[in-house]
Amino acid sequence: MAAVEPEGSGAGYSPGGGGGGSSGGWRRPHGPLQRYYDPSAAEAEAAPDPTDINGPHFDPEVFLTKIRSECPLGQLLAREAALGREIRALDSDMQTLLYENYNKFISATDTIRKMKVDFRRMEAEMDDLAANMEAISTSSARVSAALQDRHRRGAQLAGVQALLRKLQSLVEVPGRLRRWTAPGGEPARALRCHARARAVLRHYRHLPSFRAIEDESQAIMAGLAQRLRARLRCETLEPKELTECVEMLLQLEEPPEELCGEFLSQAHTRLEAELVALEAELPPTDSPSCTTTPPPASDILDFVDRGSSAFVGTLCLLAASYRSLFEGHPGAGDGRLEAFAAALTARYFELLERRLALERGLGDTSLLVRALDRFHRRLRALLELLPAAGAEAGASLVARAARERVDRYLRALQTFFLGCLGDVRQALAAPRPPGKEGPGLPDLLATLASSVLGQLKAVLAYVQLFTARDVAFASLPYFKGEFCVEAVREGLVVAFVRWLCCTARGFADGPAERGAPVAPPALLLLLARLCLDYEATTISYILTLTDEQFPPPDSGPAVTPGPSLCAEARGAAQRLLDHYVQVQGAAVAQMLRKSVETRDWLGTVEPRNVRAVMKRVVEDITAIDVQVGQLFEEGVRRAQSSDSSRRAFSVYSSSRAPGRYAPSYTPSAPMDTHLLSNIQKLFSERIDIFSPVEFNKVSVLTGIIKISLKTLLECVRLRTLGRFGLQQVQVDGHYLQLYLWRFAADERVVQGLLDEVATSAAHRCLDPVPMEHSVVELICERG
Amino acid sequence: SDSKVMTCAAVWRMPKELESGSHESPDDSSSNTQTLELLCHLDNTAHGNMACVMWEPMGDGKKIISLADNNILLWDLQESSAKAVLSSSAALEGKGQLKFTSGRWSPHHNCTQIATANDTTVRGWDTRSMRQIYCIENAHGHLVRDLDFNPNKQYYLASCGDDCKVKFWDTRNATEPVKTLEEHSHWVWNVRYNHSHDQLILTGSSDSRVILSNMVSISSEPFGHMVDDDELSDQEDQHQEEKVKEPLQDSVIATYEEHEDSVYAVEWSSADPWLFASLSYDGRLVINRVPRALKYHILL
Repeated sequence: MAAVEPEGSGAGYSPGGGGGGSSGGWRRPHGPLQRYYDPSAAEAEAAPDPTDINGPHFDPEVFLTKIRSECPLGQLLAREAALGREIRALDSDMQTLLYENYNKFISATDTIRKMKVDFRRMEAEMDDLAANMEAISTSSARVSAALQDRHRRGAQLAGVQALLRKLQSLVEVPGRLRRWTAPGGEPARALRCHARARAVLRHYRHLPSFRAIEDESQAIMAGLAQRLRARLRCETLEPKELTECVEMLLQLEEPPEELCGEFLSQAHTRLEAELVALEAELPPTDSPSCTTTPPPASDILDFVDRGSSAFVGTLCLLAASYRSLFEGHPGAGDGRLEAFAAALTARYFELLERRLALERGLGDTSLLVRALDRFHRRLRALLELLPAAGAEAGASLVARAARERVDRYLRALQTFFLGCLGDVRQALAAPRPPGKEGPGLPDLLATLASSVLGQLKAVLAYVQLFTARDVAFASLPYFKGEFCVEAVREGLVVAFVRWLCCTARGFADGPAERGAPVAPPALLLLLARLCLDYEATTISYILTLTDEQFPPPDSGPAVTPGPSLCAEARGAAQRLLDHYVQVQGAAVAQMLRKSVETRDWLGTVEPRNVRAVMKRVVEDITAIDVQVGQLFEEGVRRAQSSDSSRRAFSVYSSSRAPGRYAPSYTPSAPMDTHLLSNIQKLFSERIDIFSPVEFNKVSVLTGIIKISLKTLLECVRLRTLGRFGLQQVQVDGHYLQLYLWRFAADERVVQGLLDEVATSAAHRCLDPVPMEHSVVELICERG
Repeated sequence: SDSKVMTCAAVWRMPKELESGSHESPDDSSSNTQTLELLCHLDNTAHGNMACVMWEPMGDGKKIISLADNNILLWDLQESSAKAVLSSSAALEGKGQLKFTSGRWSPHHNCTQIATANDTTVRGWDTRSMRQIYCIENAHGHLVRDLDFNPNKQYYLASCGDDCKVKFWDTRNATEPVKTLEEHSHWVWNVRYNHSHDQLILTGSSDSRVILSNMVSISSEPFGHMVDDDELSDQEDQHQEEKVKEPLQDSVIATYEEHEDSVYAVEWSSADPWLFASLSYDGRLVINRVPRALKYHILL
């Protein structure tokens, strides 16, 4: 017991410091384990509590000191008693354990001794067993040797049986083939069957029986091939059937080249039938009068629909099956199919083109666009299959159709414009009820301009359908670039504006020459204004609009710049206005000329009135003034003298005394005034009569007045006048002076010309006695 | 009768001194005016106002054609021009009062053709049958003022009129003019071919201008003056090459603005092909020369 005690104290609580060293050695191996399994112990170690009696850092001194200092006596005693009890209990436990251990050790020793004996016996048994096993294996080898021969025979028999089964099926082949190849049977199965059998048959064909079978099956298959061929040749097959048929024939090892030809010819028949069906809808090409053909029964979309679903669809199908059928077969190279397809598509294009040509009217562009779109889509599908089947031709067909349509729109626009012009002419020519004004020129101009512009916009909108985003062919490079620039911008817009200018110009250039119907002057004026408006705003507007709707590519071909078009329009406007001035001037001049030429200036009586023709001239010019004023701005007038209308109308003095140096050709004019007038002329500007005018009212009127008065001057010079004739001219001139100066840009022009008229009249007068100025004024005011 | 004006025609003889072209001092002429000698009148009382008188271009001066109102009168001068006998005549019939304004006797075809102008129409006549042989309707937009035949090129006729234009016609094709000039700004009263170099055209107009044009393309020498290569030295050869390079183009050579009033007559000198005169209403007679550069260009 004494020996146990220190151990027990070491394990639990050492009451005395003497056992501390030995207890530490015993505990050491357990420390890490305990630490491992009990984290709390580790914690306790982290914060060592020397007062914990169960803890590893227990310090009896500290514990005692702590207890002694902290606890009251009663507690100390109770503690001491408790500790004593615990120690005793532990001691008894320890003794029990030790005893048990000893017992177990004893029993273990016994067991081991027993085992030693047992093993010795087992060793002998094991030797026995080995001997037995050897005996078994030798006998087993004997048995298997005995059985081997029989086994081999069995296997041989099984092989023979399989072979026999195969032979059986081979023998059955002709029957099956016959069954399956019979009309209405399943040729495909027959083929499969034959394909399986064929190799074997071929291999063993040196054996007569096999050869018989082979021959028979081959005969059957030949019969099948013959039937298939016959079918291929004479029947019209659906593309699918055709494919099957040819496939089978291929499997029958018919020559692929020949089959390829057969296939193509069959396909050709079929496609040709489709084309003929399509063609039936078209009027015959050789019909002499294309214009009288009735409009086609179905619209273009329908036609293209049918064409693409029937022809293009079938062609696609056939091409695809051709590809899969003859892939890798020599002699059925791509060339044949391509050529075949190209020829047929070419015909199809031709038909479509003819159909497109029938679209004579403007019709529904959206329908055409949709038709072309569908055509193009289907064609693209075909082209993916057959890249050489005329992609160019198809694209160019679409482009041509679009271009054609644009051209037609241009013509329609031109017709429309001519129609508008016709309306305007009619409105101008329509007799107006007195007192009620017809539509004024500004209204007519506005109507004309707006309707033409509206039509142009509408046409652009229609044409834009060709480049819409959802249309497949709009992504072709042609429609992105060339179409926008060359067809629409140049071919439609620019061409129309050019044509418009040209047509307008034609009114000025053409008809007056060779007696064609002459355009009414008001129309000339209207067109001049129209061209001028085009130059100012409309052209740039139209071009901007076009460029917005049809954006030109960045590096496209050169386009007609706006300014050059504007220049053309301005040129046309100038020409028209000049022509207007000439026409109106000529009308007035004609009146004056007739009045001068038909009058007997020698025998006339003393003037009492202004001649009616002068009043008429003033009226006409006033009317022209109103007309021009409706469309053109006033324009600038040169500053007027304060007393323009009151200016004396000068006629040379009547002195008839011929001066010494007076040349013989002016017997009636005295030298001094003549010289004076010549000197005056030196300083006055030369007047160009038929000179271009500016775009304003004053300039136009000045031009007309100049032409009229110059004519009067020239005509008077051709006449011989008497005294009263001169006086009449004087009166007339004054009257014109009185009423015309206000129309002219520079009244001095009017004065100058009228002065010359008077001077010339005086020169041509036999008895130049001018009228008193006051009398002239009186007559003019009265008239 | 005082109240009636009648245009008449007469045959005159120029004074002998002037005719011989004597080189008298020029200041004598004003003091020493010669008078014309009246030979005979062309009696037109039955036919109306004389508009135009023309001598037979190549003949012996015995034949005269005059245009009076709507009549063409062919006169024979007899007894050394002391008497004019009407040998044949033709009248232009038609709607309204037709009046000839001008006429011209063609120097080609053995002098058997004349051309007349009335209103806007130009007509050709055969003097043997006195029948119309061609007619250019609406030759000008307005009145036709004057005509002239190309002296070196058959069938070529120039006309001018109130539409300010000068037109050149091939009388075998009366529908379209061969060429049109629009340089004047008022009526053109006169057009004249140069007698020897028919590319030179002179026109006078009531815009007070005289214009000299070079109509090479329709002249009898459309490729310029032909010079044999042999005659040229090397230097000239080079010069010739340069000249060939610049193409011969119709152009206005010069516009003469010396006149202050309407020009009613222009005429080439019959002696010097480079000299011409023009006359305007205010009595100014201007004599001009073809520019020297052009002259050499034509000659060399």
